[in-house]
Amino acid sequence: MTDTAVTLPSQQRFAQMAAFLRPSQWVPLLLVPCLGIIVFILFWQFSASRIETSLGQFPGPVQVWEQLQNLGAEHFRERDKEVAFYQRQEKRNAEKLSADPQAAVKLRNYTGKPTFIDQIFTSLVTVAAGFVLANMIAIPLGVLCGLSTGVYKAFNPIIQIFKPVSPLAWLPLVTMVVSATYSVEDPLFQKAFLNSAITVALCCLWPTLINTTVGVASIDKDLVNVSRVMALSPLVHVRKIVLPAAIPMIFTGLRLSLATGWMVLIAAEMLAQNPGLGKFVWDEFQNGSSNSLGRIMVAVLVIGVIGFMLDKMMLTLQKRVSWDKQAVLR
Amino acid sequence: MSIKYLDITGVGIEFDTNGKKYRALQNVNLKLDKGEFVSLIGHSGCGKSTVLNIVAGLHQATEGGVALEGKEVLDPGPDRAVVFQNHSLMPWLSVYDNVALAVDQVFRKTKSRAERRQWIEHNLQLVNMEHAMDKLPGEISGGMQQRVGIARCLAMEPKVLLLDEPFGALDALTRAQLQDSLMSIQTALGNTVIMITHDVDEAVLLSDRIVMMTNGPAATIGDILEVNLPRPRDRLELAEDAGFVHLRQQVLEFLYAKHDKHESQAVQSVADSCAQLSAIPGPEKSVLSSSGTQAA
Ligand SMILES: Nc1ncnc2c1ncn2[C@@H]1O[C@H](COP(=O)(O)OP(=O)(O)OP(=O)(O)O)[C@@H](O)[C@H]1O
Ligand SMILES: [Mg+2]
Repeated sequence: MTDTAVTLPSQQRFAQMAAFLRPSQWVPLLLVPCLGIIVFILFWQFSASRIETSLGQFPGPVQVWEQLQNLGAEHFRERDKEVAFYQRQEKRNAEKLSADPQAAVKLRNYTGKPTFIDQIFTSLVTVAAGFVLANMIAIPLGVLCGLSTGVYKAFNPIIQIFKPVSPLAWLPLVTMVVSATYSVEDPLFQKAFLNSAITVALCCLWPTLINTTVGVASIDKDLVNVSRVMALSPLVHVRKIVLPAAIPMIFTGLRLSLATGWMVLIAAEMLAQNPGLGKFVWDEFQNGSSNSLGRIMVAVLVIGVIGFMLDKMMLTLQKRVSWDKQAVLR
Repeated sequence: MSIKYLDITGVGIEFDTNGKKYRALQNVNLKLDKGEFVSLIGHSGCGKSTVLNIVAGLHQATEGGVALEGKEVLDPGPDRAVVFQNHSLMPWLSVYDNVALAVDQVFRKTKSRAERRQWIEHNLQLVNMEHAMDKLPGEISGGMQQRVGIARCLAMEPKVLLLDEPFGALDALTRAQLQDSLMSIQTALGNTVIMITHDVDEAVLLSDRIVMMTNGPAATIGDILEVNLPRPRDRLELAEDAGFVHLRQQVLEFLYAKHDKHESQAVQSVADSCAQLSAIPGPEKSVLSSSGTQAA
């Protein structure tokens, strides 16, 4: 009796999983999105062949695919060169040392051109830095603004004024301030990296700040009263009641913030010639070879896919953190 | 006059919403002995919750004040635990953790970790909820949630237990069950309780005194009814009991006849004109019986 009661749910779940493996289950699920993509590619091919630019024909799907492969190949060629460079250097130094143990050996860093894939990583690291920096300020400040009407009233005008400012307006200021204040001997970060990250942070700040404020301010009044009756200390109150209650809104803010940050980053890199995907696009544009448009199109698609994946990542994180497992998250 | 355990003296409150002043309470006086069970009853919006919140320290009285054991109440605190109308459990904490939040706060210094764990389990057992300790509030029924809310308050060992319509949102059967468990817990532990209710039977069954409030604005205590029924009380036996029926009648009379000022005046004038025509049943009585059956 109890035995069946225990096994039944897991059996059911297994049956469900097994059913999902059958093509009749997942084919219809994928059919419509695939159809959409196919229609888009056909439309792209059709219109690309009709657009003639000064750099040649607008790239269609096939050219873009070729360029994607080229960019990958270039990356690995560059890596091979790098490995070879270090091997040569090591060998040279070893020879020098064997000839004269007191000889001064030089260790040089390889200074090749960053490839497309290097630029992707640079951009990802930069956006992550800006995002973390922004939210280390935005979440605590948002909690304060949500908890206290006074703090909110004090910060609200500033928030309202700086929120709509385009990142590109910040960029010159950030650049000047960074180059004026950040001058250490052996810098941990490059200035360009700091410029981009701070510009991203200045734009990432607002969505999280505003959403956290709203989330914290709209906590159920009864729950706040329960906390007051228990005489919880402010820190415990924030940790046990405010933060869990505001988690959904904080995550809404974080997702908006990351999306904004990613968009802003590309623009900032383009404008300031800071390393990253934006610079890649700009360099290709200046380069103006017949392949440039195809390579830019690859960058456009990659930027889109990465943006999508970043959002999915946040959504997964939200699902992990959220206490309300029934909530529909999209 | 001796100093009472809980002393509500001359309490009045004026709310200020966008510059518009609203006087909710005026000159509320109530004194409770230790271990006494008092019900607050009155029409919706008259200010019962406001009285309770002032005792809890969640609202500040505009004039007058509350003293517990001779000490003035200024802030909310765990010595005056409140069960809110809609359970108010933290939805992200399990049943156990909800109670633990209160217990860890109150007994942080006086009980060891193991003792606290035992104390939490003991309080959940009091309300028969030990079987659902690891569930989230969203996964248990409304009646169970309310029981956990009560366990959370009992676990704080409050001097005064404040219940704001604790069983209002429950079905009649669950309500009866919870009333019985509340009654036995209160008898066993000797808590001092103020309970708000809309249910006349509940008030008579549970209380030592029933405090009946007049309608707002400027609501105050209209009448206080002593309930001298012997304890332990049994709802089935009492249903037939003449004393019980009489008390119930008195509360209903207060609520539906004496205190619906406008309505009773209207009824009075109609009745006056009718009385001139022929001898018909008195207005009070007809109003009473009709509302009485509704409430029952
Ligand atoms: N924070 C507040 N600000 C302004 N007015 C308030 C506030 N709290 C209560 N009131 C007013 O005070 C009056 C009494 O409210 P209260 O909640 O105490 O009524 P109640 O007797 O508990 O009613 P119910 O039985 O419906 O719960 C109401 O008219 C309400 O509008
Ligand atoms: Mg109320």
